[in-house]
Amino acid sequence: MAVKTTYDFDQMLSSAKEAYGEELLKLAEEGMDFVFTYSDNVAPSTAVGRMVKKYPDRCFNFGIAEPNQVGASAGLSLAGTTVFAQVFGPFLPLRAADQIHTDIAYNDVNVRLIGTHSGVTAGGGPTHNDIADLALYRAIPNLTVCVPADAGQCKKIIRASFSHEGPMIIRIDRAGSPNVYVDEDYEFTIGKAIETLPGSHATIISTGSNVYECMMASKILEKKGFSVGVLDMHTIKPLDTEAILKVASQTGIVVTVEDHSINGGLGGAVAEVLMESSYKGKFKRIGMPDQFSVLGSPDEIYRYYGLDRTGIAKTLEQLLTK
Amino acid sequence: MEKTDRKRIVELDDKCLKIREDLLTFIFRIGMGHLGGELSIVEMCVALYYEYMHWDPQNVKMEDRDRFILSKGHCSETLYTIYQDMGLYTLDYMVEHFETLDTAKFGMHSNRKYVPAIELSAGSLGHGLPVAVGMALGARYRKASWKTIVLVGDGELDEGTNWEALMAGAHYKLDNLIAILDKNSVQMTGFTKDVMNSDPIADKVQAFGWNCIEIEDGNDILQVLEALGKIPESNPKNPGKPTFIVSNTVKGKGVDFMENNYKWHGGGIAKEQLVEALADVRKNRKVR
Repeated sequence: MAVKTTYDFDQMLSSAKEAYGEELLKLAEEGMDFVFTYSDNVAPSTAVGRMVKKYPDRCFNFGIAEPNQVGASAGLSLAGTTVFAQVFGPFLPLRAADQIHTDIAYNDVNVRLIGTHSGVTAGGGPTHNDIADLALYRAIPNLTVCVPADAGQCKKIIRASFSHEGPMIIRIDRAGSPNVYVDEDYEFTIGKAIETLPGSHATIISTGSNVYECMMASKILEKKGFSVGVLDMHTIKPLDTEAILKVASQTGIVVTVEDHSINGGLGGAVAEVLMESSYKGKFKRIGMPDQFSVLGSPDEIYRYYGLDRTGIAKTLEQLLTK
Repeated sequence: MEKTDRKRIVELDDKCLKIREDLLTFIFRIGMGHLGGELSIVEMCVALYYEYMHWDPQNVKMEDRDRFILSKGHCSETLYTIYQDMGLYTLDYMVEHFETLDTAKFGMHSNRKYVPAIELSAGSLGHGLPVAVGMALGARYRKASWKTIVLVGDGELDEGTNWEALMAGAHYKLDNLIAILDKNSVQMTGFTKDVMNSDPIADKVQAFGWNCIEIEDGNDILQVLEALGKIPESNPKNPGKPTFIVSNTVKGKGVDFMENNYKWHGGGIAKEQLVEALADVRKNRKVR
């Protein structure tokens, strides 16, 4: 059954970051047993801020010290509680890499590391760009990595995390992305990609809020007579290789789109799957090039590097007409 | 010291000698280890496991057990040796399953999945104290009475995470947390004071808001037990400070050719060295 997407109308913006806070607050109110850690990165006005205020005994601020926060989150989990740890964008993978590797993954604890401000969505230049995280997480064993496409899916991931054993990373953009799905009335399973739009000429595989721009690119191409599908790869690890091989064999043109370095992220993962298969079709990665980003707003940067709908459509059109 | 206490201390002195002997034999048989740091922590580990901690070798996952983290995970062979002395394994079994690929149960660095008595898989330095802060916070959140005890090496104090955790431990008034510094004053390539000086350590941790207890000779089990006896009781209603114990020890303690020699940080020992080392630890045993 096809999922209901916002392909046919412009959906209001909503925030995955806010949605996850609302979901956590709701789960706390429902009596779910978990604790929350953060590192001077929770604004009182947000849903998470309201949870911190309402449940101070289970929320722990570690100041601007991500390695200590992540290590202590492992300790909290070893004491017998599921932990949600919110860390600001690049400082999760870049500062706390060893703690993610050893304290979280190797020790196999029930910690959900919430990396906010993913990719270039924080703004503020390369020091605040989170574009190397997926490459790191993909190389660390025993991590489940989820990237919600929109706010509703983010809630589903948070819910699903309670019945998931072992460590998880949840990668969330800054705020205010368009909804991809009309409602939350669709089946969601960690590790199982969603065919957001069907297509017969080409497929875009994307993750996170970039899925929406891919849908819009498909719309542009539809007007030119091309049928371009979109696969929402909300779980980077474990990767749904079956879904990748299925869409690849159906269309023969595969393009990946991600707000991450083109090295080692979703594009790299898909390339590895295709190269080890009998796939003989075309393949192209769209993402942040191997350089420190130009300075600008996230939307401007997306346009500059061709991650916006026009840029994605242009890349696809070249592949479709060559 | 009362007569019964004295008897117990002598028993524990004997235990330390036995652990040293078994440890040396174990390292000789497996061909690798970190004897310098493994020998310096013997008295502390014996005091904790055989006397101080609420811990049952027959039930290592007992809910209300005290949690012990060895942050200097490269010294795990001391713990394995204690576990075999307590009856959890035989020395032969440990040798037969030491880093033997898919049949391995024991490794140079501790793994909590392979050895259930281990609380934290460790090896990378500067991790134990932050995790211990989280454990102590978790115990408080769960209203549990167990303590968290973390043994840290003085070389690993170079890692900044320790100082982040020292701040957090005091900030959250974790009086159910005890950090023990095995101050053997030697790290991998030389004396700690020459590599990266951490002194005056007691002043530093006190400035960070910790209660500090110093042990003049951390290789005297009587002094170790007296220090552990001075740790204030935790008071969850009005929590006090976390406790930091500075235990001055000797790297390679008991073996004359290893003592205070950074070259014995890691490695194996030859048969002739084992014979000499066993004679040394017997000769140098504590006599009261």
